[in-house]
Amino acid sequence: MFIFRGPSPEDLHLTPEQGQAQMQKWFNWIGELSAKGRYVGGDPLVREGKTVKGKKPVATDGPFAEGKELLGGYVIIKAESLAEATELAFGFPDFANEGSVEIREIVKMPMPS
Amino acid sequence: MSSGETQSTQQLVDHLFRHEAGKMIAVLTRIFGIHNLELVEDTVQETFLKALQVWKFNPVPDNPGAWLMQVARNKTIDLIRRQQKLADISSELQGRLLSNTENTIQQFFLDTEIADSQLRMIFTCCHPALSPEDQVALTLKTVSGFGVQEIARALVSNEAAIQKRIYRAREYIRTNHVQFEIPSGVALGERLETVYTVLYLLFNEGYSSLKADEPIRYDLCGEAMRLCKLLTEHKVGAQPSSFALLSLMCFQASRFDSRIGEAGTIILLQDQDRSKWNKDLIALGYRFLNQSSTGDYLSVYHIESAIAAEHCLAPDFASTNWDALLRLYNFLLEHKPIPIVQLNRSVILARTAGIGAAIDTILDIPHIGELLNRHYIYAAVLGELYAQAGNSAESRRLLEKAYELTPSLAEKKMLQEKLAAIH
Repeated sequence: MFIFRGPSPEDLHLTPEQGQAQMQKWFNWIGELSAKGRYVGGDPLVREGKTVKGKKPVATDGPFAEGKELLGGYVIIKAESLAEATELAFGFPDFANEGSVEIREIVKMPMPS
Repeated sequence: MSSGETQSTQQLVDHLFRHEAGKMIAVLTRIFGIHNLELVEDTVQETFLKALQVWKFNPVPDNPGAWLMQVARNKTIDLIRRQQKLADISSELQGRLLSNTENTIQQFFLDTEIADSQLRMIFTCCHPALSPEDQVALTLKTVSGFGVQEIARALVSNEAAIQKRIYRAREYIRTNHVQFEIPSGVALGERLETVYTVLYLLFNEGYSSLKADEPIRYDLCGEAMRLCKLLTEHKVGAQPSSFALLSLMCFQASRFDSRIGEAGTIILLQDQDRSKWNKDLIALGYRFLNQSSTGDYLSVYHIESAIAAEHCLAPDFASTNWDALLRLYNFLLEHKPIPIVQLNRSVILARTAGIGAAIDTILDIPHIGELLNRHYIYAAVLGELYAQAGNSAESRRLLEKAYELTPSLAEKKMLQEKLAAIH
């Protein structure tokens, strides 16, 4: 699983042309992952959210992470190893926009035999 | 979650966002008023962000433009509902108004109404009280969806200066309550003239780019043509002069590919490979020129287009009909008695009446001394004519002057070659 963090797109103040160029980079990356049979799916996340925590749980607004730490979306891919997944993450189009990718393996419950 | 295992690399039409931005800004301005341009631009920006978010992972909708318009429409309806809720009226009236809102807003998003709004926006940006520089900047920003930095780059200016122009233009429109409308009667004709001037400027800015490393700014020329075409497609804008201007742009654009050499040098008309001229654009040029041949008013664009067509007619440089061109230039000079037309006419004169006559004509241009010192093109043309006349000293002096004046690397290269050829 690729977890994307970075500034909210509205803070980047992209012009329409830049927005389209940025989108094309995403199309290219996702297209490449698809072509390699690695892409499973993904979703963007809405900026606003809630957190529930505490011994007597209460709901609060947030998390309000630092601008560039904002969780923006995720993608699930298939990979042979963490190393291969890491390699694929280098194609992420938003490094120049202070974005980052966290790469985590999803633990699959073994089928009881 | 979208599943995309078979998803191949997606592609959007070039400049889709820019073009849609222009449409959405125009439609929303008509709904919220020109004084709310900031709100309008924010809403359009939000629409793009939504697309950016969603399209990254999901297949792009079949009609991305319509999708964007739909989102903008929904955002508009939300905004209006919010305002209606704030209004101090009975809940019954609120309810009735709300149910009508959607239908009313929908009307503004019909294709014909979108075109109408865009035309209003063009007319507003070309308000005669604004300076031509401000008109061009505002048009690029508001009608064409360019960002400030993109305008600065295109017009070889800086961001602060462009920002200032746009701010000044908007302030004027706001404080003077300029109406977001298509003028009628005599005012329409006058406003159309301003629009032509802005589009002509925009095209020329791209055609003879001042940018050091880009002899042709294709995006500016393309945008000028797109807006001119928009004009011809609207009943109000479908005037003979609009077609004449569009045909002129087609003829000029048909030569783009043959105008730039491999090393980014400029290839002059006489040396261009005419097989590289774009035949489709030439055909379009003739079609629009035909459509411009109605009515009894002959605009400068008619004459300039006829000149461009004359060049396209000649299979090679040697068979150019110089007499016909001179007649057209004489005609143009009557309608547009400005130095650059005189200069261009002299180049034709060199073919029909000889180099000496051409040089004399240039030297007769009012304030020619100042022009030679300030604009490279005068020095370059006169320098070249002196070279042909065998006056090496004068030729070298002028070509060196031109070299110093032009910021374009392609022009510099060409001038260097000419200088090297002088003995």
